[in-house]
Amino acid sequence: MSDSIIQIKNVNKWFGDFQVLKDINLEVQQKQKIVVCGPSGSGKSTLIRCINRLEEHQEGNIVVDGNELTEDTKDIEKIRAEVGMVFQQFNLFPHLSILDNCTLAPIWVKKMPKKDAEELAMKQLKQVQIDDQANKFPGQLSGGQQQRCAIARALCMQPKIMLFDEPTSALDPEMIKEVLDAMVNLANAGMTMIVVTHEMGFAKEVADEVIFMDEGMIVEKNNTKDFFANPKSDRTKLFLSQIL
Amino acid sequence: MNKLNFLKPDRQNLNTYLYMGSFLFFISLFDVFLTSFFKINITSFLPSTLSFLLPLIFGVIGLHLIRIEFSGIKKLDLINKNINTNNFNAFLTLFIIFAIIKSIPPILSWFIIDANIAGDTKEACTGSGACWTYIKIWLRRFIYGMYPNDLQWRINISFILLIALAFVGYFATERLKKFLTLYYVVIYPIIAFILIYYLISGGSFGLMWVETGAWGGLSLTFIVSFFCLIFCFPLGMFLALGRRSTLPTLRYVSVGFIEFWRGVPLITVLFMSSVMFPMFLPEDFFMDKLVRVIIAISLFEAAYVAEVIRGGLQALPRGQYDAAKSLGMGYWKLHILVILPQALKLVIPGIANTFLALVKDTPLIFVVGLLELVGMLNLAKTNPKWLGFAMEGYVFAAIIFWIICYAMSRYSQNLELKYKTER
Repeated sequence: MSDSIIQIKNVNKWFGDFQVLKDINLEVQQKQKIVVCGPSGSGKSTLIRCINRLEEHQEGNIVVDGNELTEDTKDIEKIRAEVGMVFQQFNLFPHLSILDNCTLAPIWVKKMPKKDAEELAMKQLKQVQIDDQANKFPGQLSGGQQQRCAIARALCMQPKIMLFDEPTSALDPEMIKEVLDAMVNLANAGMTMIVVTHEMGFAKEVADEVIFMDEGMIVEKNNTKDFFANPKSDRTKLFLSQIL
Repeated sequence: MNKLNFLKPDRQNLNTYLYMGSFLFFISLFDVFLTSFFKINITSFLPSTLSFLLPLIFGVIGLHLIRIEFSGIKKLDLINKNINTNNFNAFLTLFIIFAIIKSIPPILSWFIIDANIAGDTKEACTGSGACWTYIKIWLRRFIYGMYPNDLQWRINISFILLIALAFVGYFATERLKKFLTLYYVVIYPIIAFILIYYLISGGSFGLMWVETGAWGGLSLTFIVSFFCLIFCFPLGMFLALGRRSTLPTLRYVSVGFIEFWRGVPLITVLFMSSVMFPMFLPEDFFMDKLVRVIIAISLFEAAYVAEVIRGGLQALPRGQYDAAKSLGMGYWKLHILVILPQALKLVIPGIANTFLALVKDTPLIFVVGLLELVGMLNLAKTNPKWLGFAMEGYVFAAIIFWIICYAMSRYSQNLELKYKTER
């Protein structure tokens, strides 16, 4: 397939003796939205952290945008610059203002002129509706605002792919919606997205495909409608009955 | 009028208790004041033990009587809450107040009333207090060491220039602000070195050469501290990063370096720098004693700075590394832009601690024959014409060091406030 932007083939990964990923195969097309779900400890986060090599896989191949991730990938930073990531704990830089959080990487990694970077950052912050907070520090913002800022920060690098690692799990219920709204807007704008989440409503609304993982394996991979309407495996049925 | 209960003062007879209590309390203070300041014992008719303890007894009873809960008088409540919660605390409070009153007269008389400052010889000091004449006469030596008197303007000019240049940051325009870090980290030390090399050391431009052995006193304290601080900080930073590196060679070298320097006493390091180090050098290679000392202290303190900074690095959550990496930052960008600014802010108190210790360690350079402030004091106190004034000298040194260190401490607190952003 020519337009698959991520190819994961037979990936295995161990933490010590414990195998976290077992023979993972996955292809992601351009503009595709994939939701990964599953019980905690099933390897979902590890999987998407492998895609920008925050974790190293020990066996198999991962190809992102035509570049294979290997140990001697010298320009891993270039790949990472094209893959945005949003974390469960926001991980904003507390010593920088919201605006500086967003402009830091464009200025220093992409060598963008400061003025352009600030313009871009303000545009992205406006998209997630926190442009009025631009000069505050992360500690002064609510969790939902921080997570939206984290999304804007990732988008400022103009990535081709966005990875979301349980973006709403650390938020109060009423703040979840504002973050999900921002993500839905992003999906509608045509971004390639891989989202690890327990928000099944979000999955139903935007996902093209849903992947269910358990014990390091992909148990079920199905288009969204079938995944919820008639799941194939019993494990998926059990999971869905508990979560919905 | 309600019945008075002396065991449990209450609000009903508030004023009665208040007057009696304060009367007893002030009587006790007055008694201590009279005995310590005027040597008058108004209770001398009593047995000596009782007379000695009487103010304490009166005071405790007095404080007991004014210990009225919710008295409605704000200041009284404040006192009761903070220094008079129970009889034991009342006793401690009194004890501290008495100790302060008792210590004022001897301190005052030694420092000022019975002290001498007039005259220029030992014989001028006739009082029983301090002989500040000694400090006055030797002040030049304490500040400039053995530096020739008629050349001391060179030190003065250098220091005035350096202090003036240190304040450049306040006057920088918005456009020049981004160069400030570069200025303070690189340019300023170079200017300082050039000034010290050409102006204080001399030897060119028609200035007489003054060998470093003649430098000394407070100016040498400043020179040594300044350069050691400047060198040990970046070195310590690299060592801290090295110790956390994933490259085994770098890590082991850093660990080895840190553990070696932390394990040896500074005094032996200084001794080796002057005695053993030249043995390993080629015959014609010459490195000044002062330079060797500065290098030795810098390496020594860098090991401590490294561990302090490592503590800050470890305190940062892993998410900060993840986030910076996911934005495409490499090792150096990640550390310079994200990790170090946060880690260094966390370790300001620790760094200040190390730097204060460094300044106070500088007197140890006497082992290589360099005499800074304390070294000059030791020299002066053994001068046959001025024997017996060690006390004045050490008090003087203590005051000077305290001023320097307190200023540094205040500065570090200001830095902490300045960079306080989160939470």
